[in-house]
Amino acid sequence: MRTRGSLWTLSLALLLAAGPVSAVTLRYANQGDLKSLDPYTLNETTTIAHHGHVYEGLTKRGKDLAIEPGLAERWELVEPTRWRFFLRRNVKFSDGTPFTADDVVFSAARVRAPGSNFATRVPADVKVEKVDDFTVDFISAQPNPILHYSWDSWYIMSKAWAEKNNSVAPTPAAATTPTYSALNAMGTGPFTIESHQPGVKTVFKKNPNYWGKIEGNVDEIVFTPISNDSTRVSALLSGEVDVIEPVPLQDINRVNSAGSAQVLTGPEVRTIFLGFDQTRDELSNSSVKGKNPFKDRRVREAFYKAIDAEAIKARVMRGLSTPSALMIAPEFFKLSSDFTRPKPDPDGAKKLLAEAGYPNGFEVGMNCPSDRYVNDGDICRAVIGMLARIGIKINPIIEPKAQYFAKVLKSGGYNTSFYMLGWTPGTGDSHNVLYEIMGCRTDPKSSRGDTNLGGYCNPKLDELTDQVLVELDTGKRDQLIKQAYQIGIDDYGYIPLHQQSLSWGVSKKVKLVQRADNQVLLYWAQKD
Amino acid sequence: MLAFLVRRVLQAAGVFLAVGIIAFTMFRFVGDPVNQIVSIDTPYAERLAVRQSLGLDDPVPVQILRYLGRALGGDFGISYQFRQPVSALFAERLPATLELALCATVFALGLGVLFGVVSALRRGTALASALNALSLVGISLPTFLIGILLIYVFSETFRLLPSFGRGDVVRVGGWTTGFLTPSGLKALVLPSITLGLFQLTLVMRLVRAEMLEVLRTDYIRFARARGLRSRTIHFRHALKNTLIPVITIAGLQLGSLIAFAIITETVFQWPGMGALFLQAVQNVDIPIMAAYLLLVAGIFVVINLTVDILYTVVDPRLHVAGATGG
Repeated sequence: MRTRGSLWTLSLALLLAAGPVSAVTLRYANQGDLKSLDPYTLNETTTIAHHGHVYEGLTKRGKDLAIEPGLAERWELVEPTRWRFFLRRNVKFSDGTPFTADDVVFSAARVRAPGSNFATRVPADVKVEKVDDFTVDFISAQPNPILHYSWDSWYIMSKAWAEKNNSVAPTPAAATTPTYSALNAMGTGPFTIESHQPGVKTVFKKNPNYWGKIEGNVDEIVFTPISNDSTRVSALLSGEVDVIEPVPLQDINRVNSAGSAQVLTGPEVRTIFLGFDQTRDELSNSSVKGKNPFKDRRVREAFYKAIDAEAIKARVMRGLSTPSALMIAPEFFKLSSDFTRPKPDPDGAKKLLAEAGYPNGFEVGMNCPSDRYVNDGDICRAVIGMLARIGIKINPIIEPKAQYFAKVLKSGGYNTSFYMLGWTPGTGDSHNVLYEIMGCRTDPKSSRGDTNLGGYCNPKLDELTDQVLVELDTGKRDQLIKQAYQIGIDDYGYIPLHQQSLSWGVSKKVKLVQRADNQVLLYWAQKD
Repeated sequence: MLAFLVRRVLQAAGVFLAVGIIAFTMFRFVGDPVNQIVSIDTPYAERLAVRQSLGLDDPVPVQILRYLGRALGGDFGISYQFRQPVSALFAERLPATLELALCATVFALGLGVLFGVVSALRRGTALASALNALSLVGISLPTFLIGILLIYVFSETFRLLPSFGRGDVVRVGGWTTGFLTPSGLKALVLPSITLGLFQLTLVMRLVRAEMLEVLRTDYIRFARARGLRSRTIHFRHALKNTLIPVITIAGLQLGSLIAFAIITETVFQWPGMGALFLQAVQNVDIPIMAAYLLLVAGIFVVINLTVDILYTVVDPRLHVAGATGG
C-alpha cells in the first residue's frame, strides 16, 4: 500500500511538473484595454483582434489582408442581388454545440439590433434567408459587390448560447446593466476565455476542439493592458511580457539595442490627413472675416504645396511613415501606384496665396489630437512650421482625444477650421473612404459624408461613388475609383500626409506575423 | 460631545454635496463620453441613441440630482467603459490600493523613524549627511521619475523584481491579497518604495527635528545626570515623545496615500483605484470619476473627524473649551 501510495504521489508530481513545462504561455501587453467581450459592442481594432481569438466570421483576412474562407467554405453571387454562402460543416462551438445556418441568421439579426456598434456590417436592407442547415442567402436591394468585405470582423455567435444566457440583444455601448455576454465569450475560434477581469487581465486558453489547424504553438495567452509607455517597454525588456503594442517611436532604438527583443515595423493601413472647413461662409477661428479662404481652391493648393511629407517622415516619424498621395492605403487599392505625391513647392504656394488675395497670409486655428495617432501632436507642430514659411500663422489647438473629438465630429457640430485626422476604411475598400470622408454632406437625411469634417463636396465624385457601390466588374470598378480619387486630388479637397507605421515590440523568443491593419493575432505566434 | 458630533457630520454632508456638484460641473469640460464609448466610424444616429440612453441630453441640474439621489441609495451607476457597476469595480480594485498603501506606510514609518533617529543622534557624521542627502532626493524627485528609475534598475537591468502588476493574488472571501504568494510579495516592493519614499523623507525629517528638540529639554538632561544609559534615554524617553506629532502626520498621510496613489499605480500598472481613476479621466468615464472623488472626500472627512475626536479625548483643554463655547 505504501509503495503504491508513493507511486501515485510520484506520478502526480510528475504530471504537475510536466504540465507547466509543455504548455507554452505567451504574455501580451497592449496600451489599450479589452473592455467588453461582447463582439458587437465596440468597433475598434484592438478589441476586434482580441475577439478574433475566440470568435470567427464567415470570412477571414489572411496575413496579407486578402479575404479568405472562414466559417463559410465558399460563396457565390447567384443573382446580382443575391449572395449565397456555403457554411463549413463539422464546426463546433467551444461548448460542443454544432455551428449551423441558424447561428448565422441569429447573428445577422443581433448585429443589426439596437445597441450594436457593428450594425453597418450587414446593411439594414439586406434580407438573410436560411436555405438549408449549411447554406445562407443574403439578398440586397441593389447589387453589392463588397457586401462581405468587412465580415472578417462580423463574428458569428451561438444562438443557443445567447438564448440560454439572456444575451440575445447586443450589449449596447451604454448598457445600464452588465450583461453576461460582456463578461463571457463563447465562439468557434482557436481560443477560449479562461478568465476576464476588465482593465486588469484576460487569459485565453487554446480550444482543444478547434475545427481548423492552429499554425502557432501557443497554449495560453495572458493579456494585460499597460497604459504607461515606459512601463510597457520595460516589461518587454525585462522579459515579463513577450509582445507589446505599440512601442513608442522614441523607444525603438532602445528595444532593438537591448538584444532580448526587437521592434517589428511596417506601414499601417491607416491614412493620416489634413482637412479644411469648406462649408462655413466665415471660418469660426481665423483672422479672415466675411469670407472663407478655404473655399478658394488656390488656398487649399497652397497649403498642400507648403507641406513636405518627406520632411515629416524624416524628422517627426524617425523614418517610419509612408508619405501618401491618396486617401487610402495601397493595401486596399490596386491602382495606388498610379498616383504620386507632388513635390513640396513653398514658392509656388506663396504665389498661389497672393493670387487668391492673401499676399501676407492669414491666421487660422488648427485642431489636433495629442494621444490618438503616432506622434500626432508633433506632426501638427511640424505642419505649423511649414505653413509659417508661406506666411500662414496657425493657432494650434492640440488636445487629448477626448476633448479633440468632442469638438470636431458631427456630434460636436464640426467645430473646426483646419484639422488632422486618421482613417482606416472598416471594409478595406475605397467606397467607404469616398462615401464617408469625401462625400458631400449636403443631404441631412443621408449618412454620406458624416466624417467629412470640413464638408469638402463635389457632386461628380458622389456620382462616381454611387457607381462604385453597384459595379460588379472589378476592373471597371477600380477605374471608377481611380477617377473619383483624381477628382479629390484636383480639387485639393484634402491633404493626405502618410500611412503611419506599425510598431510592435516582440521578444526574440517569439515569431509573429505583423498584419498591416494592426491586429495582433497570436494564433499565428511561435514561441520557443 | 454629541452636539459636536452632529455638527461635524452635518459639515461632512456639506462637503460631500459640494464635491459632488463641483465634480459634476467640471466633467462637462473633459470631453464627450460618447466618442470614447463608440468607434469613430459609428453612424451618427447610433451616437445619438447612445447619448440619450446615458441621459446626457438632460439638463445638468437634472443629471446632478439624479446622480446624487442614486448615490444616496448606494448606487454609483455603471461605468461607461466597462459596463459594470462602479461599486463592483471599486470593490475589485480596493484591496490592491489598500495593500499598496499599507506597505508604503510601513516602509515609510519604519525606515523614516530609524533614519530620523540615526541622523539626529549621529549629527555631523558622514552617515547622517548621507541620510540627509537621501531625504533631499526623496522630497524633490517626482514620483513617476522614481518609479521609472526603479523599474529601469531593478526590473530591466538586474531583472530582480517585476515592473508591473500585482503578481499572483489569492482570493480570500471578497478580498484579493498579494501577501500570500512569492510573486505577489515581490510585486509589492517597487510600488511601495515609490509611493512611500516621499512620506519616508517627511517622517525622517520630522523625527530628526523633534528628536533634536527633545534632546535639548531638561528632563533628558536630568536623565543623563541620573546616570541612565544613553540607549534608554534615547529610545525610551526621547523617542516616545517625538512620536506624537509623527503619528498625527502619518495618519493624515495614510489618507493621501490611498487617495493619491494615482501616479504610482499608473506607472506600475497596479490594478488599484488610482489607475482606474486616471483611465476614467482619459475616457471621460464620468460615473467612475464622480464616485472616486466622493470616495476620496469620504476618506478625508472620516480621517479628519477621527483626528478631531481624538484630539478632544487626548487634550482635555479642547474639550472644556468646546463645552463652554457651545
